[in-house]
Amino acid sequence: MTAPVPPAPVPIVEMKSISISFPGVKALDGVDFRLFPGEVHTLMGENGAGKSTLIKALTGVYRIDDGEILVGGQSRRLTGTADAQDAGISTVYQEVNLCDNLTIGENVMLGHETRGRFGINWTATHRAAVDALEKLGLGHLNPRQPLSTLSLAVQQLVAISRAMVAKSTVLILDEPTSSLDANEVEGLFAVIRRLRDQGVAILFVSHFLDQVYAISDRMTVLRNGQYQGEYLTRELPRAALIATMIGKEVASLASLDSERAERDHLHTDEPILRAEGLGRKGSIDPTDLELHRGEVVGFAGLLGSGRTELARLLYGADKADEGQVYFRGKKVDISTPTRGLAHKIAFSSENRRDEGIVRDLSVRENLVLAVQAKRGWARPLSKRDKDAIVTKYLAELNVRPADPDRPIRNLSGGNQQKVLLGRWLATKPELLILDEPTRGIDVGAKAEIQEQVAALADDGVAVVFISSELEEVVRLSDRIVVLKDHRKIAEIINGPGVTADLIVNTIAEEGVPAGADAAWSTPADREVSE
Amino acid sequence: MSTVTSFDNRPTSVEPKREGGPARWLKAHLGLLPTFAALLIFLAMIVYGEIAYGRILQASTVSNLLINNAHLVILAVGLTFVILTGGIDLSVGAVIAFSSVAGVLLTNAGWNPWFVIVLMVLIGSLFGLISGVLIQFFDVQPFIATLAMMFLARGLASMLSTTPERLADESPMRGLATQFKLVDGPRVNDLVITPGVIIAVVVVLVAVFLLHRTRFGRTVYAIGGSEQSSTLMGLPVVSTKLWVYVISGTLAGVAAVVYTARLGSAQNITGIGWELDAIAATVIGGTLLMGGAGFVLGSVVGALVLGLMNVLITRDGGIRPETTTIITGGILLVFVLLQRAVASRRRE
Repeated sequence: MTAPVPPAPVPIVEMKSISISFPGVKALDGVDFRLFPGEVHTLMGENGAGKSTLIKALTGVYRIDDGEILVGGQSRRLTGTADAQDAGISTVYQEVNLCDNLTIGENVMLGHETRGRFGINWTATHRAAVDALEKLGLGHLNPRQPLSTLSLAVQQLVAISRAMVAKSTVLILDEPTSSLDANEVEGLFAVIRRLRDQGVAILFVSHFLDQVYAISDRMTVLRNGQYQGEYLTRELPRAALIATMIGKEVASLASLDSERAERDHLHTDEPILRAEGLGRKGSIDPTDLELHRGEVVGFAGLLGSGRTELARLLYGADKADEGQVYFRGKKVDISTPTRGLAHKIAFSSENRRDEGIVRDLSVRENLVLAVQAKRGWARPLSKRDKDAIVTKYLAELNVRPADPDRPIRNLSGGNQQKVLLGRWLATKPELLILDEPTRGIDVGAKAEIQEQVAALADDGVAVVFISSELEEVVRLSDRIVVLKDHRKIAEIINGPGVTADLIVNTIAEEGVPAGADAAWSTPADREVSE
Repeated sequence: MSTVTSFDNRPTSVEPKREGGPARWLKAHLGLLPTFAALLIFLAMIVYGEIAYGRILQASTVSNLLINNAHLVILAVGLTFVILTGGIDLSVGAVIAFSSVAGVLLTNAGWNPWFVIVLMVLIGSLFGLISGVLIQFFDVQPFIATLAMMFLARGLASMLSTTPERLADESPMRGLATQFKLVDGPRVNDLVITPGVIIAVVVVLVAVFLLHRTRFGRTVYAIGGSEQSSTLMGLPVVSTKLWVYVISGTLAGVAAVVYTARLGSAQNITGIGWELDAIAATVIGGTLLMGGAGFVLGSVVGALVLGLMNVLITRDGGIRPETTTIITGGILLVFVLLQRAVASRRRE
């Protein structure tokens, strides 16, 4: 691991042991952060690591419980966006926060209009807007055009112009590239470099590793709300960065071997589901995929890599805008969850609270929900059928307390997850998609769910298993689909030699790692290797 | 350092200006369309009235139109501010009732009439302030907060008196309704004006200045576009929204003075439904109910459209006056549909 960076001149922003708590969660726990003029500094960490919380502390949206924020060497208590702007800190957000009912020039100058004797002097204001836009290479824009005529990428640059009009010395870019294409990202980066050379301190947040390595000079890594370290980008290899982000030493990642023996997959039979070029603009690039009976397929990738997005397309939770899905060889249309369910596909969302349980209903009602939905409301389940389902799954999944009339919100996360699993099993699915079924639940329940997954596969169900814990994916899956930047980059047949480390390296290097040839195949040559 | 040339050949970027032509101009100024439509309807009504009934385009009719609708114009201006931020103020009609009854009673009780006039305006400001505080600091929906103020003001007016209270003819307040002949036309066809009309004109001019020439006004439009964005842009959203309701309330107070001066009496049931007339005027004038788009001058045209409609119905004699509300509703519906069409065109 690289040594911390030696202190450079004077940081423009210094955050010292910042702590912020929300009810039940410590979102930031003694985090340090420094930002220097003329650098691009990336904040790294998985979702929930505390990146946005730190940014919101710096922009005055959240009050800090503990710690100190120094801007330009002076201690500041930031009380809101306006206050942060006065301190020279501007933010450009992922969803462009401008007013699209106003013109380009009005947006750039809002709050900074040039005023004369008769109120705002619009000629001078628009001239100032053009000046500001020109500095970012946008001199060709007509400030009197409505903002809505611009593409999102250009709107983002307009937002940056606006920050410069506010004479910002610190520019925060929160996931600015998430909806831009490669060309647009290049344009944005050119602007970022230009500003950096002018001495603006830039805080950059992105999920895209390639972009982070292309643009940033320095990075600070957070994990679970805690400070992991500050590094010079050129001194921190990707694998080491990922290890720091997910909290495993590279060495210990490597030692975790696959626990799942290579199995006979009966790949001679027709796949249950075959996707050809399945994709959705902005969420997942066209992807080919085959899922077979009795097989557990793991989706591995960092958060935001497209693993959930791909799963949602398979179920019909989102509508694909290209590609085909074949179910048992027949072309089918899975554009809504109801259609997915009709083809015996079940999807358990990663968002247990919002897209999973119905908090105020009882365990019983939560369990029978999907079966009932599948039957349609015109054919209600009899009380006896309901009781049969409830008794069966409460026992099979070992739900505690085994009281079907208790509101589900009173159960622990692990038991809620078991009820959800039961809800989908009750529909007798042939393909079960589990998105983060083990997140945030205790070790015991986790093991039980893992056992269930293995047992289901043995019974002939095809299972898609998504988890942030690579060890878990490696342990359970027969095949691992690796995703990165909304794209499937590899498919690994699990077996001896496949480790979490191999997957980390695959994501980091996006190439075939040495010594793993036997277990490795790219989607293109998979047919040949079998 | 790299240059940013790649933005020039971006297909989604701004189209070059050289295309020109009225179609292109209209596309860039789609927001003006509803206001133009209101103006067009107003002109069409004048032409129709002139042909069908005659004596519409003459000094006395125009004078009466302005004098009789001055209070509605003032109310519509206030509501334009509120609606531009995406809010609503239902209390203005009831505030007029309370303010005017209180004003007449106090004048008759011997208070200094000029002081009473100021007080009547301030009563309006106070109601606006309370609405604003409820909305901004207690997170009450504008609809509910101003509805509560409406009931409160109406109730207070009824507590003061339930019978018409007459204002003495020699009271200085009535002076605000004195008719000054600007042009002495043949017979009764004179161009006359009252201080009330002048107040309305001043209110409109100040509002135009505030909305288009001050940062406060720009913030009003920005909040209507996106309140969240405005906050994140560091604009003074809280104070602006407070001010908007204070302005609406204050103008209700001003409208109370102008109306009471013209009528010479006040009653607790005055102004029932006027908030809706004012909202209708604003919407007909091209202000989007969602906020962020519209013009004060449009609201003035909207108020005059409603006023002229009454004149035409009276002139016709064959149309039952009850149908006025049906016609108002019809016009309103057409304009709301027009706005939706414009909004969907914009989104493309």
